[in-house]
Amino acid sequence: MNAPQPMTLKPQPQASGAVTPAAARAVNRARLLRNALPAVSLIVLLATIFIMQPRAMSYMGMNLMLNLAVPIALATIAQMLIITVNDLDLSLGSFISFVACVAATLLNDHPLLGCLALVGCVAVYALLGALIHIRQLPAIVVTLGMSFIWVGGAVLLLPAPGGSAPQWLQALVKIKTPLLPFAVVMCVVLAVAVHLFLMRSTWGVVLRGAGGNPLAIAKAGWSLLKIKVTLYAMAGTFGVLSGLFLVGLTTSADANMALRYTLLSIAGVILGGGEFTGGRVSPVGAVLGALTLVLAGSLLSFIRISPDWQIGAQGAILILVLALRTAVNRLEARPT
Amino acid sequence: MERFTLRCALLSTALLLAPFTSAQADTADKTIALSNNYAGNSWRQSMLTSWQQTTDQAVKTGIISGADSFTTGENQATEQAAQIQNLILQGYNAIVINAASPTALNGAVKQACDAGIIVVSFDGIVTEPCAYRVSMDFKQSSIDVMDYLAKRFPQGANVLEVRGLAGVSVDDTIHSGIVAGAQKHPQLKIVGAVNGNWSQTVAQKAVAGILPSLPKVDAVVTQGDDGFGVAQAFIAAGRPLPVIIFGNREEELAWWKKQKDATGYESFSISSAPSIASLAFWVAQQLLDGKQMPHDLLSPAISVSQDTLESSLKGLEKGGIVSHVYSVDDVAQLKSPVAH
Repeated sequence: MNAPQPMTLKPQPQASGAVTPAAARAVNRARLLRNALPAVSLIVLLATIFIMQPRAMSYMGMNLMLNLAVPIALATIAQMLIITVNDLDLSLGSFISFVACVAATLLNDHPLLGCLALVGCVAVYALLGALIHIRQLPAIVVTLGMSFIWVGGAVLLLPAPGGSAPQWLQALVKIKTPLLPFAVVMCVVLAVAVHLFLMRSTWGVVLRGAGGNPLAIAKAGWSLLKIKVTLYAMAGTFGVLSGLFLVGLTTSADANMALRYTLLSIAGVILGGGEFTGGRVSPVGAVLGALTLVLAGSLLSFIRISPDWQIGAQGAILILVLALRTAVNRLEARPT
Repeated sequence: MERFTLRCALLSTALLLAPFTSAQADTADKTIALSNNYAGNSWRQSMLTSWQQTTDQAVKTGIISGADSFTTGENQATEQAAQIQNLILQGYNAIVINAASPTALNGAVKQACDAGIIVVSFDGIVTEPCAYRVSMDFKQSSIDVMDYLAKRFPQGANVLEVRGLAGVSVDDTIHSGIVAGAQKHPQLKIVGAVNGNWSQTVAQKAVAGILPSLPKVDAVVTQGDDGFGVAQAFIAAGRPLPVIIFGNREEELAWWKKQKDATGYESFSISSAPSIASLAFWVAQQLLDGKQMPHDLLSPAISVSQDTLESSLKGLEKGGIVSHVYSVDDVAQLKSPVAH
């Protein structure tokens, strides 16, 4: 990040020279393939599921399979925003558990206090962004520490599993939208909205630039501090939304309920075509990646493979998709 | 009581005759799924084996058409909720659950009930009212343990409590029973408590850590899968062996037997049977058959005493747990906690 020389000339040094149209086409094709990969793997998964279990191909079936994917998709978007600035959030799962506990206790009993607590959560995330930037701390360590604080807070709020999600929240996540299930509508809206903001707006370019080439962004007069605070606050907001949606679905909370979302969200971002460095992320891909992860679990359960093999098979699907991506990346990197 | 035996007799007669009538055909085309959250210790492995044996037999004799078991990879409630939703989609008629969380699965369980599926939870139960719960009375069994200790030490005793995994509801329930027992028998004094996490190695480390700060310990109450580790900690520290309450594991009973033969060591062991899974299976099958049952059912605890030690240990494989084979007849004998 603090490279003395900005890597202005690094990408494709020979590309500016003699580029044959054929080579350019090959690179374009590889790039297209790379962007299409998350969608293709999702479609293959869905098709297999529909063949194995025709019952899944219905309004109720899609809803059942995908409604728990919405909080994971929201968490993945939150993680993606952090990854945009080359950081990693290891506290996301425990943060979402904490939000779920707040929603099942404070928000239900004292709505005003609950809302304040949730706003406070977002503020803590913004502060974390500022702290990490000003003190130049490794985000992994800071968020790892925070993960214990969030879990501790969740256990304090809810020592034993229980509580009850507010009625309006439970009703909200059960909305029956016409034609397509609410879960699908939510995922599409989420993907498109974040895509428009991060990939198409001027602000989005600056935010991603802070991950790709922070020096250039700083030299152009943007405050890196503000950018980091913004991204962390947004990530906190999506984390809060994820926790609220999750607790609406489960109706009550548990201090450990979403711990695995940390790793799931990272896997979702990477499956969806994002990179750990360089501000290279894709919101649509991230949502598709989250859906792929959830559907991989469903597929394995439909195939009825022995429980002893299920965990391994889930990992195998992940490795398969990532291997495909590496292959495509290599295709893209090849000069001719 | 007489009416009870009569009912039993009637039921067994009916069951004997069942293959010749159409009574059993009611569930012959039904399928039951097991949703399990964890398979990483000896109790859970015995539980899955018990399920497998019972259901294989039931499928072979045509009582039901299928009973598959599914275990989640990471012992997380969200993962299990997704698993239950998948099972709903697969069209199972009943789902038997050992739950990762008593509350976080309620949304998915309600969806299953709404889809007309019978949900039976056991061991790790769910609080959703539409589901059925088959569980051991952990509180009562802990009070039984304290009763035993009060009898052994009428003059009073220092007791060390080894607890399970913090934050898990079963640990809380067992602990509340120990506390209630200590109130009932004021001569039993709890001098310390550690978390053994239901693991022999963790329990050994935890007990070894607290021992130097304790006065003479006369008895140790445990929750199962930790008694052997406790014994090792006392031996390593060179302290006199206390009365350790065991949890029916083979290595615990084998150690007890060795001490009994050498020094006449006396103790007591109690735990729930892993075959509670097959009991839950029969409950689900009976419900599918149209029987009415209360939503809360108590399964009996299995205990081993000084006299039954040898017989319990006989035939118990290495790393196994004392279990009990349940048949469909046992369902009729289940009590609800209110009647208890």
